Amino acid sequence: MKSEKELEEIFEKKLNNNEFIEPKDWMPEKYRQHLIRQISQHAHSEVVGMLPEGNWITRAPSLRAKLVLLAKVQDEGGHGLYLYSAAETLGISRDEMLDALHSGKAKYSSIFNYPTLTWADIGAIGWLVDGAAIMNQVMLQRTSYGPYSRAMIRICKEESFHQRQGYEIMMRLALGTPEQKQMAQDALNRWWYPTLMMFGPPDSESPHSADAIKWRIKRETNDQLRQKFVNQTVPQAEFIGLKVPDPNLKWNEEKKGYDFTPPDWEEFKRVISGNGPCNKERLAARIKAHEEGKWVREAAAAYAQKHKKEVLVS
Amino acid sequence: MNTNKDNQGTLWEVFLQKKSGQPFIHAGSIHAFDKEMALQNARDTYTRRGEATVVWVVPSNCIVSSTPEDIGSFFDPANDKIYRHPTFYHIPDAIKNM
Repeated sequence: MKSEKELEEIFEKKLNNNEFIEPKDWMPEKYRQHLIRQISQHAHSEVVGMLPEGNWITRAPSLRAKLVLLAKVQDEGGHGLYLYSAAETLGISRDEMLDALHSGKAKYSSIFNYPTLTWADIGAIGWLVDGAAIMNQVMLQRTSYGPYSRAMIRICKEESFHQRQGYEIMMRLALGTPEQKQMAQDALNRWWYPTLMMFGPPDSESPHSADAIKWRIKRETNDQLRQKFVNQTVPQAEFIGLKVPDPNLKWNEEKKGYDFTPPDWEEFKRVISGNGPCNKERLAARIKAHEEGKWVREAAAAYAQKHKKEVLVS
Repeated sequence: MNTNKDNQGTLWEVFLQKKSGQPFIHAGSIHAFDKEMALQNARDTYTRRGEATVVWVVPSNCIVSSTPEDIGSFFDPANDKIYRHPTFYHIPDAIKNM
C-alpha cells in the first residue's frame, strides 16, 4: 500500500506531465469535490439553459427557425446528460445532483435567469451566450479529468452550430427593417453584460480559480477568457452594424485587445444568489418537469421488473 | 421535493461503430430501465449526427476493469519483450518488401 503522500506525488506528476486523471486513479478529496461541483453545475446549466429558448419554440417565425431551435434545445439536453454521466464517475448519484439543483443548493449559470423577450433574444443567446460557453469549453477540452475532457470534446463538436445559427438570426434582423435592426440592437444591449458575467468573477475575487488552475481543471483564468471573448465578439457586432453597449470600449494597441467596462458584479451576486429576474420561474419549471416525469420513471421501472420475471419463468 | 430516493434507472455504457469494419468505441454512458430503453436512450444521446451505424449498450456493472494501482505488475509480462516488435530485427537495406 502506498502512503497518501506517495499517492499525491503520483497525482502531481501526472498533472505536470499533462496526463489525464481517470475515475479509478487516486485523487485528492478536494480535487474530487471541486470537479463534482463544477461538472454538476455545468450540467445543470445545460438543462436549465433549455428553458429560455424553449419559450420560443412555439413562436419561431418560420418552420426552418423552429426546426433549428428544436435541434439546438435537444442538443442542450444531450449535453446535460454527457456532463451528469461524467460527474457520476466521481461517485455522486444523479439523484443527489438533481436534488441539489431543485433545493437551490447547486448553482447554474446566472445567464439563464434573464428573460427572452423577443425573437432577437434567441439570436443573441446563440451568438453571445453559446459563444462565451464555447470559449470556456474549448479550454476545458484539455481539462485534467478524463471523463470531463471527453464530454467537452463531444460538446464542442456540436456547439459550433449553436453559435452560427444565433449569429445568422442577428444578421438577418440587423440587415432587415429599421424596427428589426432595433430589435437586434436591443437584444445585444440586454445580453452583453450578463454574457460577460458568464466567465465568473474577476480573478482577484474568484474563490475557486487558484485551485482550478493548479489542478489544470482550468487552463485560463476568468479574466483571460473574458478578454478573449470581447476581442472576438466586437468585430462580429461591427460587421452587422450593431453597437456594443459600452461607451468605454476602445482598442488598446499595447495589449492587442479591447479595454472595456466590466459588468456590474453586484448584479451578478444578486442573480447568482437567487434574486435575478427569472430564478424562481426557472427552478419551478425544472421541478415541475421532474415531478411530472415521476410516473414515467415508475412505470418504466415496473415494466422492467415484470419483463425480468417473465424472462426468468420461460 | 421527493423524500424517497427517486429511481433514475441503472447505468449503461454505450459503444458506437461508425461504419461496418471499424471497431466499436466507447462513447459515454446513459441511464435506462431495460435493454430496449438503453438502446433508444443511447441513440438519442450519442447519435444525433450520424455518429454510428451500430450501437452496443452494456450494463456498467458488467464491465470488469484492471486497476491503475496494478499497472506495473499487470502489464509487466509484455514490457520487456522488445523482440515482439519488428524494429528489433536488422534486415539489410537491399532486402525489399519486408
